[in-house]
Amino acid sequence: MYVTDKILPELPAPSNSKGIVHWLKTNLFNGPINTIFTLLAAFVLYKVIPPAIEWAFIDAIWFADSSSECKLANGDRKDGACWAFITNRFDQIMYGFYPEAERWRPNLAGIMLVLLTIPLFFEKTPKKAWLGGFILVIFPFIAFVLIRGGYFGLEQVDTGKWGGLMLTLIISLVGILFALLFGTILALGRRSSMPIVKSLSVVFIEFWRGVPLITVLFMSSVMLPLFLPEGTTFDKLARAMIGIILFQSAYVAEVVRGGLQAIPKGQYEAAAAMGLSYWKSMFLIILPQAMKLVIPGLVNTFIALFKDTTLVLIIGLFDLLAIIENVLGADNAWLGFHTEGLVFAAFVFWMFCFSLSRYSMALERKLDTGHRN
Amino acid sequence: MSDPRQNSSELPSKPPIWNDPKYRAMFFQILLISALAYFFYSIVQNTLDNMNARGVSTGFGFMSEPAGFDILQTLVPFDSTYSFGRSFIVGVLNTLLVTVLGIVFATLLGFLVGVARLSNNWLISKIATVFIETFRNIPLLIQIIFWYALIVGSLPAVRDSFSLFDSFFLNQRGINLPSPGYESGFIYTVIAFIIGIVGSFILRIWARKRQEATGQQFPVFFSIIGLIIILPALVYFVTGSPITWDVPKLGRFNLQGGATIIPELVGLLIALVIYTAAFIAEIVRSGIKAVSHGQSEAALSVGLTPSQNLRLVVIPQALRVIIPPLTSQYLNLFKNSSLAAAIGYPDLVAVFMGTTLNQTGQAVEIVAVTMGVYLLVSLLISMFMNWYNAKMSLVER
Repeated sequence: MYVTDKILPELPAPSNSKGIVHWLKTNLFNGPINTIFTLLAAFVLYKVIPPAIEWAFIDAIWFADSSSECKLANGDRKDGACWAFITNRFDQIMYGFYPEAERWRPNLAGIMLVLLTIPLFFEKTPKKAWLGGFILVIFPFIAFVLIRGGYFGLEQVDTGKWGGLMLTLIISLVGILFALLFGTILALGRRSSMPIVKSLSVVFIEFWRGVPLITVLFMSSVMLPLFLPEGTTFDKLARAMIGIILFQSAYVAEVVRGGLQAIPKGQYEAAAAMGLSYWKSMFLIILPQAMKLVIPGLVNTFIALFKDTTLVLIIGLFDLLAIIENVLGADNAWLGFHTEGLVFAAFVFWMFCFSLSRYSMALERKLDTGHRN
Repeated sequence: MSDPRQNSSELPSKPPIWNDPKYRAMFFQILLISALAYFFYSIVQNTLDNMNARGVSTGFGFMSEPAGFDILQTLVPFDSTYSFGRSFIVGVLNTLLVTVLGIVFATLLGFLVGVARLSNNWLISKIATVFIETFRNIPLLIQIIFWYALIVGSLPAVRDSFSLFDSFFLNQRGINLPSPGYESGFIYTVIAFIIGIVGSFILRIWARKRQEATGQQFPVFFSIIGLIIILPALVYFVTGSPITWDVPKLGRFNLQGGATIIPELVGLLIALVIYTAAFIAEIVRSGIKAVSHGQSEAALSVGLTPSQNLRLVVIPQALRVIIPPLTSQYLNLFKNSSLAAAIGYPDLVAVFMGTTLNQTGQAVEIVAVTMGVYLLVSLLISMFMNWYNAKMSLVER
């Protein structure tokens, strides 16, 4: 008989329930069907990934002064990607036709925005609301003066010369700013007890949500000039912006409405019982809580808006995609590098959208306190 | 001076009229209505003035004038002698075609990827994740242009078409395939098909009633296959195969005969399907995850087989979560199909808002009609889905 008065040390787990073999067995080769799937998937990956890496990195040409370096002697394409197409015209992809000497101005505006925004991401920053207000209300004027110029001795750069990634960012940021404003008003209107206000808001929201953005852009570029008194001219970019803002505020309104509905009725009643007026109860009690709830939804709306800005290509503005497609794509010196341009544009958009969507997910997890009413 | 306590039995004095919420609301709404009325009045006035100044006539008279242009893909007969009104119909049909095809394929692919993401096979689930995260974060327009360029760029010219059995051809101008020509006897096959569908419905109701009454099951699935597929097939062969196939023939420069699927349609469809499927996959995943594990355990412990568990317990409950967001994805696909204009697929926007608008200059009418069509279909789909949703939703006390 075996007797011990000591506690024996823990034995290691049996070798078939740990380690890489065990992991492979449970995650890749459990059962015949899964094994077949794994092998098939591995085969597809083997067929797709190495050639893609070879094309994009190994055989790629990163810098070149002219397109001939990307071509073989007989004028055919070389095997790898010709990223020189992008690096060579990088400035234009970023700024469009913005004059080179003035590019420090959008740069400065961009840097200011980034520096102002970073503190918002830290918990401990004091007076966050004031900082946010500054970014939303005052900064747009500063950025406008900087980028368009015409004041304080800055040379005026017309919107027709704006382009590239700069224009994409401007359209989406200005778009979300105004859409946030109008969307919130519309959401309040939809929840209003006044029948006419309510039905007008519903009609407005459902109308814009029911039509595609491209028809809205067509409308704002073709019909807006007709709507205005004769002789008024209207900036092309401004026309597109109006269309985008009308369209997007309907979507923002629905997101904000979700937040308003999630606030328990007691909050509305308590605010009324305190004797607060409608606007005071909204701005002091309801909206601060509702807006916090809908931040992830708003980020998702912003992602959608950001992707939708590519549509301005169709009405002849030169955003990132349009510069690559219509300006560089039509440049005789660099013909035949369409794929590289598209892949680059896709990558830029993907980076922005992916990181924003991860941010929105993280926010959702952080704001999800587990309470449900 | 009176003691305020003496007045306590009286009603408090009415607030002045400008502080009464009822009158305030009324006043504000009247103000809003009049502002809007003035806004629309001045817009209409300005528009009329502007159109007069440009010498553009108003009204829908242009719809019956000859169009004078050809359209790449037409589901109903069309050439340049047909009217603008006809071109409108062609555009609507092309939009509906790509929408219906897109919805079918995007649903299939979306469900497949969504289930794959939940798979316990690590590799499969990671591939599904990468698929979703890649394609839903790239603007649809880029994807459409990319696939279209890939198709046109990588396929051979007409003379060097890939061919299959000398009747299917694949080249830069699309896919050429035999088109059916129906003879008079074909009507019997159609009748048999309709009988099969009606019979299946009756059979299903009868089988369900019998199961509820006696507990006996009837092989409904195989009977329905027999009714819908085998019965019309039998009739088709008995009546002597009344379809003649018009096979495309490779000529010197062109393929003659048969039907063509244009590359614009294929490129647009691939992009729309992949983009929408990435969103649908996430919806499907969250729907399936929303069904608690206890439901499956309960179903298995009362003796249902795994496939019965999936069919009778998990999927019906998951569908309740899936359907509302799925509807909005279908609506998105319908609206996104308007991006066809970028690659020249002749959808409603490209044909009507593009070509017809350029030819006639009737901006107001054309923009209004086009938006009206989208609005109408959007509202119809969402009404149908609301009805379906109400039917599927949990009946609570």
